[in-house]
Amino acid sequence: MPAAGGSLVSLRGIRKVFRSGTVALDGVNLEVERGAFLSILGPSGCGKSTLLRIVAGLTPPSAGEIRGADGLKGSISFVFQEPTLMPWASVWENVYLPLRLANHGRGEVADRIAATLREVGLEGFEHAYPRELSGGMKMRVSIARALVTDPVLLLLDEPFAALDEITRFKLNEDILRLWQQRHWTVIFVTHSVFESAFLSSEVVVMAPRPGHVVAEVPVALPYPRGPALRTAPEYAEFCRGLSRRLQEAMA
Amino acid sequence: MSDAWAGRVLRILAPILMGALFIAAWDGVVHYFEIKPYVLPSPLLVAEALRDSGGSLMVSLWYTLKVTASALVSATIIGVAVAILFSQSRAVEISLYPYAVALQVTPIVAIAPLIIIWVDNAYLAVRICAWIVAFFPIIANTTLGLKSADRNLIALFRLYGASRWQILAYLQIPTALPSFLTGVRISGGLALIGAVVAEFVAASGGTETGLAYRILESGYRLEIAKMFAALFLLSLTGIVIYFSLDGVSRWLLSRWHESALPPEE
Repeated sequence: MPAAGGSLVSLRGIRKVFRSGTVALDGVNLEVERGAFLSILGPSGCGKSTLLRIVAGLTPPSAGEIRGADGLKGSISFVFQEPTLMPWASVWENVYLPLRLANHGRGEVADRIAATLREVGLEGFEHAYPRELSGGMKMRVSIARALVTDPVLLLLDEPFAALDEITRFKLNEDILRLWQQRHWTVIFVTHSVFESAFLSSEVVVMAPRPGHVVAEVPVALPYPRGPALRTAPEYAEFCRGLSRRLQEAMA
Repeated sequence: MSDAWAGRVLRILAPILMGALFIAAWDGVVHYFEIKPYVLPSPLLVAEALRDSGGSLMVSLWYTLKVTASALVSATIIGVAVAILFSQSRAVEISLYPYAVALQVTPIVAIAPLIIIWVDNAYLAVRICAWIVAFFPIIANTTLGLKSADRNLIALFRLYGASRWQILAYLQIPTALPSFLTGVRISGGLALIGAVVAEFVAASGGTETGLAYRILESGYRLEIAKMFAALFLLSLTGIVIYFSLDGVSRWLLSRWHESALPPEE
């Protein structure tokens, strides 16, 4: 399934220095293939979230070159660690937001929003307010908002880190299914070895002080992947190898 | 369900019972110590004064209400406009904010005589004083609210190419609503105080006078019962203003804001 569609975004020699003087990233090269599910795996403080924000254009790099991201303006979606919903707006209105900002009328996109809500399992919750939803449901709204624009590149910043394991597994499987149907390119930031192995076609391992890439590991496990994979020996084997790479990076 | 109903009854009955107890105690003290009516009139005398001078007191109440309401409305409109300006331009905020603060910290009794000299129309002068005290809480709270938008939501809006106007209308203004309403609630009470203080300073009985002048006048004439009657109307007005603004605020926030939600069951 990992489609070899050529390079979508390419980062060269990215360096990011914060105003405080902290060097968050130094000499980061990253090649994102079209159609890939790329995970960026690393401990907290390794600059992986900063890297994602640079790809999104939310913060500029201090030095280095980004190729491809300019042409994606309007086709990038971002899911944050927290659901980041507007508490005063219903589920429907929250999902409508990106389309509203692009000046689409409510009636014009009603079908599209209904379809997206159905895809992420939020049918019947259109009129609920964020505070009435569980953490997992809020995250589904956040994902629906990211998907409703039909993005080319989907950026996920540890979206499931705050959820319980059962909900996280379910959302992992749902996002994987949607990726296989819709063929976006995904960059997924995580600190979980198991999550990155389960989802990705490729894992990039990062280490801190300053943030840099230490390994790029292709994931040879075949798609489609389902719950059965979680207990498969080859999955355990791959996770063991990946953990070792992460430990080496930390040493 | 019956619990909620009992709670509502309690909310109305408890303050009424408290008031009745207070009035009974007041009456008891006046009779037991044989206090002269020109020092402390009994509640009955106050009620009689309220009945006898009801007409003129109502006219005055209406005047005070008009001043308070128009000051609050103009303070809200101008306060919100200035707060939006502040949120859009840091330069404007830095240069004007100290003067807004100066307007707030200078006691209204100190400025009122000047305003009354400058402005011929007594009604307008009193309104300006009420406006000055009501203005600041709205600016301060609304500015704070407009600047409190979630950083990640701002990033999201930018990612989707939102204009400055869209960020203001769809993100900053809804975010600011709870603190704006807090400002309005504070200003409602302050506008009433401003109206009363200005009238005290003006101390002139024109064709139209407010409750403050009635209090002053009754003091001069030693009609202490009438003074109490006017005072009673004044605090009643304050309570009504506060609770109606509180009600509006709860209604506007009822679906989403923590402050307006019922207690957890």
